[in-house]
Amino acid sequence: MAENNGNTYSLWHEFKKGLWQDIPPFRLVLGTCPTLAVTNSVKNGIAMGLATLFVLLGSNIIISAVRKYVAPQVRIAAYVVIIALLVTVADMFLAAKFPPISKALGPYVPLIVVNCIILGRAEAFAQKNPIIPSIMDALGIGLGFTMSLATMGSIRELLGFGSILQFKVLGSWFEPWIVMILPAGAFLVFGSLIALVNYISSRKAEGA
Amino acid sequence: MKLIMIFISASLINNFVLTYFLGICPFVGVSNKTENALNMGLATTFVMTLTAAATWPIYTYILVKFNVPFLEYVAFIIAIAALVQLVEMYIRKSSPALYRALGIYLPLITTNCAVLGLALFMVLRDYNYIESIIFGFATGVGFTLAILMMSGIREELEFADIPKPFQGISITLIIASMMALAFMGFAGLIRG
Repeated sequence: MAENNGNTYSLWHEFKKGLWQDIPPFRLVLGTCPTLAVTNSVKNGIAMGLATLFVLLGSNIIISAVRKYVAPQVRIAAYVVIIALLVTVADMFLAAKFPPISKALGPYVPLIVVNCIILGRAEAFAQKNPIIPSIMDALGIGLGFTMSLATMGSIRELLGFGSILQFKVLGSWFEPWIVMILPAGAFLVFGSLIALVNYISSRKAEGA
Repeated sequence: MKLIMIFISASLINNFVLTYFLGICPFVGVSNKTENALNMGLATTFVMTLTAAATWPIYTYILVKFNVPFLEYVAFIIAIAALVQLVEMYIRKSSPALYRALGIYLPLITTNCAVLGLALFMVLRDYNYIESIIFGFATGVGFTLAILMMSGIREELEFADIPKPFQGISITLIIASMMALAFMGFAGLIRG
């Protein structure tokens, strides 16, 4: 698509790269803690993904807006404070509107503060780019992250409970694989998915 | 007795890396050599103990007293960042040899989610001051144990013939999965 060098194309590109080329956490191995911890069901995975998307969007907008006024020596500290405030907002919102989800996610909502995806995008993108591309970047990476969490969640929920979104999909003949709900299952599914993504992209590279 | 329980529970049974998935980034990133893994583990243990010792008074005497516990995330992350900075400056002055050994690992600890997780769990579980310090230390020991074991296994794996897509992070996570299964065996140590 080399002829499409216009503005719309580059914005679209910033959005699209988060969905496959740089999809977290499989390609950019960042934000692994929530990926492993909250994906024992699809619902929790999606909720976590959306909370992260909100914080990432907010932090990218604010950091991109203030990028010319923050001295480089103190930038990390300043970014962390901005992110921590946004996370507080997200946490209080979840606790007020969706108490069961907030309870299920537990301390992993506040831990979005140290989710390296957010600080990583601030460092790598928002502090060097204007607001609009930063928004697209946040939306792309955030949606990619939500999709990844939902994928992890559906595999683990399907094999661990025989259900998806609490709907029984597999009949009563299905013996649940308890290990999938346990921490060991999280590591196993995550490791295998990374291998799968590697395999698909190496196949693509060969085909091209 | 309760202190021993906290120690065993935090270091083995509820190992932060293998059951709460906290501190995975250094666990995957710095576990390729045993020596690095050991240094990282020791530095983290040190910072975790200090974090527990510092954030407990901040939470109890400042945030609760002035009725602003909702500021805990902001307060904790600033406290941890400041603490890591102080420790780094102190070590650089007092023991240059240790400073060189720890190198880049010290600043990285600020973004180790296990350290913030520690402060949050401490508040969530209502530990008193002594219990918090033990909890912080035990969590560090558990982290060191996990990262050291992983680095030992990975050094052996250098010579193994791993299928290409599985190389690197993928195989590390699959090993971690087996370690998590093995650590579940410790659950019998404490009832309830």
